[in-house]
Amino acid sequence: MNSDTPNQPAIELERVTHRFTTPDGRALTALRDINMSVGRGEFVAVVGPTGCGKSTTLSLITGLARPSSGIVQVMGKPVAGIDPRIGFVFQHDAVFPWRSVLYNVAAGPLFRGESRQVAFQKAREWVSRVGLAGFENHYPHQLSGGMRKRVALAQTFINQPEILLMDEPFSALDVQTRILMQDELLKLWSNLGASVVFVTHDLEEAIALADRVYVLSSGPGTVKSVYTVNLPRPRIISEVRFQPTFVELSRRIWMDLRQEVEAGFNRAAEVSAVGGRL
Amino acid sequence: MSAVVSTQAQDTQDQAALAKLRRRRQLVMFLRIAFLVVVLGGWEVAARTKAIDSFFFSMPSAILGQVWTWMLEGTAQGSLWEQIWVTLSETLMGFFIGSVLGIFFGILLGRNALLADVFSVYIKIANSIPRVVLGSIFIITLGLGTASKVALAVVMVFFVVFANAFQGVREADRNLIANARILGASSRQVTLAVVLPSALTWIIASLHVSFGFALVGAVVGEFLGSRKGIGLMIATAQGTFNAAGVFASMLILAVVALGMEYLITGLENLLIKWRPAPLTE
Ligand SMILES: Nc1ncnc2c1ncn2[C@@H]1O[C@H](COP(=O)(O)OP(=O)(O)O)[C@@H](O)[C@H]1O
Ligand SMILES: [Mg+2]
Repeated sequence: MNSDTPNQPAIELERVTHRFTTPDGRALTALRDINMSVGRGEFVAVVGPTGCGKSTTLSLITGLARPSSGIVQVMGKPVAGIDPRIGFVFQHDAVFPWRSVLYNVAAGPLFRGESRQVAFQKAREWVSRVGLAGFENHYPHQLSGGMRKRVALAQTFINQPEILLMDEPFSALDVQTRILMQDELLKLWSNLGASVVFVTHDLEEAIALADRVYVLSSGPGTVKSVYTVNLPRPRIISEVRFQPTFVELSRRIWMDLRQEVEAGFNRAAEVSAVGGRL
Repeated sequence: MSAVVSTQAQDTQDQAALAKLRRRRQLVMFLRIAFLVVVLGGWEVAARTKAIDSFFFSMPSAILGQVWTWMLEGTAQGSLWEQIWVTLSETLMGFFIGSVLGIFFGILLGRNALLADVFSVYIKIANSIPRVVLGSIFIITLGLGTASKVALAVVMVFFVVFANAFQGVREADRNLIANARILGASSRQVTLAVVLPSALTWIIASLHVSFGFALVGAVVGEFLGSRKGIGLMIATAQGTFNAAGVFASMLILAVVALGMEYLITGLENLLIKWRPAPLTE
């Protein structure tokens, strides 16, 4: 790990294109010529209409998928397989339903070959750090959506990732819980100091959390624009959204994003109209 | 004040609902018993009044009498309990071996696309053969003893469990697998920690069916040729035109199958205690 060059960005995508082969054998370009760079310890949010390739971008960074062309680099090196320095929080529950909370949180250390004693000791600490002390032996189905999300956060953070990728992690939560979780995330992140890519379709969430916001355009996904968020940290989510800077930035990005959302909507409508005629 | 009134109203409403539920349950129970009485009584009366020929169709009292005789005096090939035990142990062995093989190969092929592509065609062919005809071959090659019955039961069970295990592996949540891999799981750890548990729900769902198949395998095997077992009792009764004996053997088989069903349900609840309680009952 000493071979890292610390002045290199944590994540760098250079002219990355990704194509899928659809079931009927045609090629679908999900991403085209994406350039993106995330600095060490930087919090980047990515917004864009559904289907513009946000999730695909994240799976390229994790190494779960390979780009059709272009270079994806993590810590200055091309991605080859799954990097142990990366943590990932999924949109939908990805906790193991047949395991207790404690075991779910301990999963990472156990997979990585720590002794059971050390793994469960660490897991206990993380369970209480995310406010779930007393729920160690519950199964996921016995928890609320917000509590399951806390399990997912603890499960990811226990591995102390240097890079944290999150794919619409809070989109399934109600508004109050979501704000609590956003504060929780900022707190955990400030202790960890990881570089973050946070995908969301919620513009306000993006601005409230991030240092920079990437706006993607759809069909195929490209970077439309990048905004820098000049809001001081530490931020309190429930307050930050009333600051003039926030409101102004939110308006500017929304003007930008709206065209994309409308364009995406029209394209979808066209496709279904064509499909209907056939 | 009004709060007190409303809780009282709530209480009486609850009680009314409970009473309604209880009455319905009693009604169901009553109708079930009534149905049984009508069917068995009708059978008995029809046979005694010679409306049906009791030589072919027997009658409930004769069937129970036959079971009673067997229990007291044993069957033509030894004590009744021994026959039940022979069939049950063949069934259990076949069930166990067939399930283990089915789970193993189901997961192996489910996890390995190349193997699945190569072997799926042969499995389809093997699966299309009516498997009870293999019983004759097993009896020729393995003899009249336990082995041929176990082999037939294994073959019967294998395909059911295999198909479910394979499907279970294929249906394992992509997100869960990705999550495990990112958390640091090796391919083997993914199989053990994610694929196996999620396939287990499918496999367990198939256990009821496959146990029934194991029993069919054992009984048919005995029927085709053996020295002991419930299948042989049926064959013997058939050979002497003893209709009561055939029905009595069926009754014994049904009791054995129901008892095992009960045990499997218990096993199922033990294995998947992490699942939310089902909404019904
Ligand atoms: N496995 C796949 N096979 C074919 N097409 C896919 C696959 N995954 C995603 N796509 C397509 O790629 C595009 C981008 O998908 P995705 O990255 O999931 O978008 P987002 O996360 O922004 O909603 C979509 O048009 C989607 O239909
Ligand atoms: Mg997505």
